[in-house]
Amino acid sequence: MGDGKKILFINRRGPYGTIYAQEALEVALVGAVFDQKISLAFIDDGVFLLRPGQSTVGLQMKQFTAAYRALGDFEIHRVYVERESLQVRGMKEENLMEIVTGPDGGTRNLVKVVSSVELMDVIHSQDVLLND
Amino acid sequence: MNFVVVVNEGPYQHQASYTAYRFTRSALEKGHKIMRVFFYHDGVNNGTSLTVPPQDEPQIVKQWCQLAQDRDLDLVVCVAAAQRRGIMDHREAERHELSAPNLAPGFRIAGLGQLIDASIDAERLLVFGD
Repeated sequence: MGDGKKILFINRRGPYGTIYAQEALEVALVGAVFDQKISLAFIDDGVFLLRPGQSTVGLQMKQFTAAYRALGDFEIHRVYVERESLQVRGMKEENLMEIVTGPDGGTRNLVKVVSSVELMDVIHSQDVLLND
Repeated sequence: MNFVVVVNEGPYQHQASYTAYRFTRSALEKGHKIMRVFFYHDGVNNGTSLTVPPQDEPQIVKQWCQLAQDRDLDLVVCVAAAQRRGIMDHREAERHELSAPNLAPGFRIAGLGQLIDASIDAERLLVFGD
């Protein structure tokens, strides 16, 4: 884990309708190789990004959301998902994509569902916020 | 204060770019440092030299160019976002065998690492977008 700055990438938008989320993932993947304390947050329609099993066949859009799993290969600190955003969209916590890290000493899922109040504390503790 | 400014929207669809421009100009006038302005998403469209807006509308691209020249400002357009949207410097246009480059003077094309680097080094990062 880097001792550098705490950077939080905030994803607010769903996939495919616009390119914001796809390009935000590109930033996160680049940021992940820098030796900083990187986290991601998914709020509002951004929680749709972590629905597993997405198919874009027929949409002619790139299926990019599976690549969030690749974040587990880097030293990402945590992936936060706002509980209230899930609830109002009828999504269940147990149905979210897992982003698994840690080859030795057992794996762990980086995805953590938090309340909006908890997420506010996370946001306040960061040095840098980058939103899509 | 040492700022990095991120512009996520194009010059005319959205107010974000012009607000970012006015913030940048004001911050510099007040003696602050802008270590980099990074253009991402449709924000890369701020770097095209081929806009011809009506004369009674803001000349946003020209204003960025002028500010870059007057203040030695580092205006960086993301290469991946730029390639999707057809913003090319001489080198990129040649590499992809395109008819002409169109990157406005005062801008340069670089990778996303320049955004992360700046966010680490600056005291504040400001995102101007939707």
